[in-house]
This record gives sequence, C-alpha cells and structure tokens, in this order.
Amino acid sequence: MARQTPLFGLHQELGARMVDFGGWNMPVQYSSQIGEHHAVRRAAGVFDVSHMGILDLRGAGVRALLQRLLANDVAKLTTPGKALYSCMLNEQGGVLDDLIVYFLNDYWYRMVVNAGTRDRDLAWIREHAGAFTVEVNERSDLAMLAVQGPEARAKAAQLLPPADGAAALALDGFVGRELGQWFVARTGYTGEDGFEIMMPASDAVAAWRGLNSLGVASCGLGARDTLRLEAGMNLYGHDMDESTQPYESNLGWTVALAPSERRFIGRAALEPIARAGSQRKLVGLLLEERGVLRAHQKVTAAPAGEGEITSGTYSPTLERSIALARLPSAAAGQVQVEVRGKLLPARVVRLPFVRAGRSLLTQTKDIP
Amino acid sequence: MSNLPADLKYTKSHEWVRTLPDSTVEIGITDHAQHELGDLVFVEVPDAGRVVKADEPCAVVESVKAASDVYAPIAGEITAGNPKLAAEPEIVNADPYGEGWLMRLKPAPGALTAAALLSAAQYQQVLDAEAH
Repeated sequence: MARQTPLFGLHQELGARMVDFGGWNMPVQYSSQIGEHHAVRRAAGVFDVSHMGILDLRGAGVRALLQRLLANDVAKLTTPGKALYSCMLNEQGGVLDDLIVYFLNDYWYRMVVNAGTRDRDLAWIREHAGAFTVEVNERSDLAMLAVQGPEARAKAAQLLPPADGAAALALDGFVGRELGQWFVARTGYTGEDGFEIMMPASDAVAAWRGLNSLGVASCGLGARDTLRLEAGMNLYGHDMDESTQPYESNLGWTVALAPSERRFIGRAALEPIARAGSQRKLVGLLLEERGVLRAHQKVTAAPAGEGEITSGTYSPTLERSIALARLPSAAAGQVQVEVRGKLLPARVVRLPFVRAGRSLLTQTKDIP
Repeated sequence: MSNLPADLKYTKSHEWVRTLPDSTVEIGITDHAQHELGDLVFVEVPDAGRVVKADEPCAVVESVKAASDVYAPIAGEITAGNPKLAAEPEIVNADPYGEGWLMRLKPAPGALTAAALLSAAQYQQVLDAEAH
C-alpha cells in the first residue's frame, strides 16, 4: 500500500497523474511535463516533496554522531541554519544515501533524506545514535514544498507575514531558518534559485493553493527529474547506490578526508581510492543525434572501455537528449551509445548542462 | 471517455487504422496512447518500401518518460512515413488522428480482412478494462 502525503487529495483534485515513487503515491505531472519544466526555468513552480524524510537529531553528542555517520564534515557548519550536502556511507564506502543536513544549534541538527531510503536511514542512524546519546525524531508531522524558479522566492515570501517574508528573502544560499512554524531554506534540486519549505502538514494545502493563485505552477516528479538532470544532480538509486562509492559518482567533492583523525564510516575504504584515483567516473553525455538516452544503455568509449548510462532523458531546455553515465576514468570526447540496437554518437561534456535557466554548453565544440 | 472517431478501426495495442480512397491504410496512435505517453520528443517512422508483418514493431514513439513501440496492425508494404514528425514529434500529441499519422501502408493481399481490428466501441471496452 503506497503512502500518501498531506497533499494527496489536492493532487487528485488538480488532475495529476499519480505514480509510485519510493513507496509513495506521488504526482508525476499535472498537464504537460515539458510545460512544468519550462515554468520552473522561466518563472516558478511548486513540487510536493513531503515524501522525503525530515529527521531531527538532538543531544549533546549530535555533532560527534554526524562526524561519524557522514562523509562530509559538519564541522564546516558554523552559522546557525547553514546546510551541508553529504553522502552517508557503509563500511565499504558505498553510498547508503545522499542528504542535506542543517546545523540549527550545538544540540540540534536537521537532516533531509530520500523517500525510498528514509526507513533504512532511520534504522541506520538510530543504530549508531545510542553510543552518542542522541535522540532521533522523524518529523512525519511536517509537509515539505519546493518552490523553484527565478520568481520563486518573491512569490513564496508573499505567503508569510511581512517581517518573516523579508527575513526569508534575506536568506543566503544553502541557509535555512525557522519563521513562525515554518522552516524556510534557500535550497533545491532544479538548478534554479528557490526555497524548500517545511511546514505543519495542516498548512500544506492552503500554501499550495496560495502559490497557485500567485501564478506558481503545480509541478510533478517528471519535471523534477528533467530539471535535476539538466542541473547535473544525481538521483539516489539511479546514479549511485550502496554498490558505488562517491568518487565514481561525481561526489568526490563531498568527501571530507581532512582532518585525517575524523574516522567517518567508509573512510577506510575510500582512502586507497582517493590515493590511487577511481577507475570509473560519472560524467555528462550529450546525444549528437535525434533520439533519447535512457538508463542502462551501453556506452562504448574507445579506447578507454565500456560503461553505462545511469540516468537519461530529453532536455527541454537544450532540446536534445542528455544523460549521466558511469564510464572508465580515461573516457573523454566522443563516445557511442547503443540505443535500440543502433550505435549513436554522443559527447562527454562538463556538468551541469543548465544552470539558472541558461545552457552551459557555451563552447561551440559542445554544440553538435 | 476517450476521443475515438467512429470511422476508424483500432488495435488492442492502441494503434488506429484509416482506409484511404486508394485502398492503402493510414496508421497512427490513439488519443489515449498519446495522452498516456505524455509530451512526445522523438518519433521514428519506417521508410517507404519496407515490408512488415502483422504485429511487427515498425515505429517508435518516445516521450520524456518512456519509449514505446508501434506495431503494424496489418501485413503489407510501407508506402510512406510521416516526414513531419522528425522535426515536430509534438504533432502526435496535438492531432493524433490527423496531422499526427505515423505511416501509410499497402496491405498484403487478404491482410486487411485477416487483421482482427476493433471498432471504436470494441476499443472503448479495451480501455475500460485497462482502467480497472
């Protein structure tokens, strides 16, 4: 039985097509997936991300616990509200999940984890929390809305009382703060500016309708996927999982090996890879012909070897197909992808493909 | 209720078939099919002259979400693939029974009568059954 968010009834009323995602019954699109994508790149859209897990970790040992559990170092967080993106690894260095953690005070951090992994994460964190006297609470009482796009912050701020709205607009990137009963953070998963807002579940329907009335488009997981892929962001379970490590997932930048005395879970497995270099890497691919790249298609990168697409789609912004692919580390330039029995030419390109509404494929050699 | 013109024949795999005055047939995907797929971003149609068997995959329609084969409802020889769809696949979404046709085919002798095509009412029953 798939779980439902507090917005389930509203999604149905708005005519959304619903799909199962990580055990949750979620809207994939309302009208046109491409229309929703462009709404976010050009104006503003709102996504229901209440299926993601919000975990509050409280106690005197919370920083020490997170320094043990996370590959990135929460010691980097010194101002209240500041967020950090990190992987949580197993002892083999495989990625259990990717998450955002907010530093709220010395005794309280808040974590946002993926929907499909939230139960497993919770069990893993609780298993390790006991030794650090940290209490872990899953905030199932909260809904979460992602409001994204160049006009998103200005629209969303209008839902708040004027003083709180001004405070929200003053937030720096990757910072969140409590405003009344809401927690507003300047974060997202689209490559656009915007907020992710955690609020009491009972506020969610009115907030969504309020955003719609301000011209913010209802957007489904379909548009969320094309937006994040254009932004070069990984999707857990597709681009990385327990069987892959951060260095072969374009996430080496999130692994904090300094200071060397911080013994986070997975460190021992990653150190030799960091020294020798990973044998594989996750890169962006741009298809040079018509067609659509899809996950699991085989990539031939002669002479480096073979690899596989981990996520592929049609990019509405670039009007061509793009993908993330895991390839041998030496792969570069032209590659071939097996699409429905044919070999199509594609090119390894720098990520992201799109940021803040604009194509980053500026070099003419990137444009076929 | 789906948009199902009564003068067309249909298949369980969501193609439609129109008999043209020169007794060739025009083939496309139904309004229900284009709606289920969502925004189409790539369409591959067969070349004229290709000979196809009944139920042979002969065209591909891809949306942002997924790729789907289109099957020949009738055995015969392709006389045309819709040349507009390479540049404008979204025509299939906008006008699935008109400008969004995929291919034209000259049925093999006896193939049209041999094909178990559905009336609009019978195809509606297929859709009703799928909805449950």
